[in-house]
Amino acid sequence: MQQVLRLPVSRTEVIDAPDVIRQAEAFRSQRKPSVTPAKFETRGLPLVIRDLRKAFGDNEVLRGVDLEIPAGQFVAIVGQSGCGKSTLLRLIAGLDKPTSGTISFGDAEARAEDIRVMFQEPRLLPWARVLSNVEVGLGRDRKAAGAHERARQALEEVGLAEKRDQWPSVLSGGQKQRVALARALVSGPRLLAFDEPLGALDALTRIAMQRLLERVWADQTFTAILVTHDVAEAVALADRVLVIENGRIAEDITVDLPRPRQRGSAELAALEGSILGQLLGPGPTG
Amino acid sequence: MSLIESLPKVRKLTVPKADGLLPWLVPLAILLIWQAASVAGLVSPRVLPAPSDVARAGWKLLWSGELGRNIWVSFWRASIGFLIGGSIGFAFGLANGLSQLSSKLTDTTLQMIRNVPHLALIPLVILWFGIDESAKLFLVALGVFFPVYLNTLHGIRTVDPQLIEMGRVYGMTDGELFRRVIFPGALPSIFVGLRFALGIMWLTLIVAETIAASSGLGYMAMQAREFMQIDVVVLSILIYALLGKVADSASRLLERLTLSWHPAFSKH
Repeated sequence: MQQVLRLPVSRTEVIDAPDVIRQAEAFRSQRKPSVTPAKFETRGLPLVIRDLRKAFGDNEVLRGVDLEIPAGQFVAIVGQSGCGKSTLLRLIAGLDKPTSGTISFGDAEARAEDIRVMFQEPRLLPWARVLSNVEVGLGRDRKAAGAHERARQALEEVGLAEKRDQWPSVLSGGQKQRVALARALVSGPRLLAFDEPLGALDALTRIAMQRLLERVWADQTFTAILVTHDVAEAVALADRVLVIENGRIAEDITVDLPRPRQRGSAELAALEGSILGQLLGPGPTG
Repeated sequence: MSLIESLPKVRKLTVPKADGLLPWLVPLAILLIWQAASVAGLVSPRVLPAPSDVARAGWKLLWSGELGRNIWVSFWRASIGFLIGGSIGFAFGLANGLSQLSSKLTDTTLQMIRNVPHLALIPLVILWFGIDESAKLFLVALGVFFPVYLNTLHGIRTVDPQLIEMGRVYGMTDGELFRRVIFPGALPSIFVGLRFALGIMWLTLIVAETIAASSGLGYMAMQAREFMQIDVVVLSILIYALLGKVADSASRLLERLTLSWHPAFSKH
C-alpha cells in the first residue's frame, strides 16, 4: 500500500528532475560486477549461490539463481509477493533445502551461530523474560560463562537494557522487534538475513528501526540480506538492490549513494521510482 | 511505559481490601436467606434443615471423629486416583503430541474408550475389584485420564510452529526445544485439563462411594439417607461444594505461579 501511495510522488519526480533520472539510469546501466572491494575491515561472510532452484511439488519457485555477495555488503531483495524472495532467504538461512544448486560461504567455515535470521514476526518466547529471550540467540554458547553479559550488551545495543526483566507481552510491536534484533545479534553473526522484519510496524517506528538496522550493520560489519516489499526501504538501506521476478534475478542495481542517506532525497526517490516501474511493469497500474 | 508501571498502583486504588471477600458474598447471602426461611417456618425441616441444624450435625460428627475420618478417606482416594490417572493421561498426551507413531498407534483406541461413560463401568468394576479401594481408585483414575490426556495433546499440537522453527534455527536440541518451547507453550492447555479433571475426580469418587464403599463422604451420605438424617445428607453436599472449591483454588494458584507471563493470568 505504501508503494502505491508513493507512486505519484516518484512520478512527479520524473517530470521535475529529468537529470536525476538520467543519473539513476546511469547507475543501473553500469551494472558493476557484483564484487566491489570492501571499504572497511569486515567480518561478514561472503555468499556465493550457483544455479539455485527450489520447487514445492510442481510449483517451481526459484528457477536458477546465480548470485555473489561480497563480505559485509548490505543487499536488499525486492519483488512482488510470491516471486520467491522469501524462499531465497530461507534457503540462504538454511531453513529449507534447495531442490538443486549450491549455496556456499566463500572459503570461510560458517558455524550455525554465524548465520542468523530475523523474521517478520518477533517470535519471542512469551514465557521467557526479555533477557532470556535474547540469550536464546547465543545458541550453543548459552551455557558458557558470560552469556548473561553478552545478552545484556546486545539489549543495550538496541536500546532496551532497562526492559531486561519484563515479559514480552508488555512490550510494543517495535520493542518486540528490537528484542528479536538483539537476539539475532547476540551471537555476533557474520550473516544476518532479514525476512521483512519491519513489515508489521507503523511508519514512524519503521524509520527508527531502519536507522537502527543501518547503525548496527555499520558497527558490527556483518553481511546483511534484507527481503522487503518496500522499495523505499531497500534503496535507503542497501548497497545493492536485487529485483526478483519469476524466480530469477531480473535486476541487480548498485546503490552508490553516500551514507547516511537523506530520506526523501531526489536521488533516492528517482531510484525508487525506476525500480517500482520495473516491478509494476509498463502501463497504468495501482 | 509509565502506564504499565503505574498499573499495580491503580489496581490498589480502585479495588478495596474486601476484594477477597467479595466472591463469598453470594454464598453467605444464600445461607442467611435459607436460615431465615427455616426459622420463619417457610421450609419444612424434612425438606431442608436449617443451616444451623446442619452445622450442629457437622459439629457432632466432627467431635466423634467420623467426619474427619471420612473426609480423609475420600481425600486420599481422590488424590491417589488423580495422581495415577493424571500421570498416565499426561504421559500419553506427551507421547501422542510429540510422536506421530505413538499417536497413530494409540489415539483411535483411546478415543473409543473415551466415549464410554466411565461410570457405566461401575457394575463391571465391582465384579472385578469388589468394593475394595482399588475399585474407587480405578474409576477415579479412568475419569481423570481423559481430560488430562486430551488437553495435554491439544496443548502440544497447538504450540506456535513459528516458535518451534525459531528454536530450531537458534540451535536448540530436542530436549531444549521441549523444555523451553513446547512444554511452556502447552501449559495453559494442560491446566485447563487439570481443572476439568479435578471436577470429574470428585464426581466419580462420590458416585463410586455412594454405590460401593464402607467409608468416605459418599458412604456417609448414603448411611444418613438410610437413617433419615437429612441434616447429614445436606452437610455432605455442602462439603462436596467446599472440597470442589478448594481443588479449584489450588489449581488456580498453580496457574498463577507458572503462567505469570500470560497476560490473562497476571492480572488477578
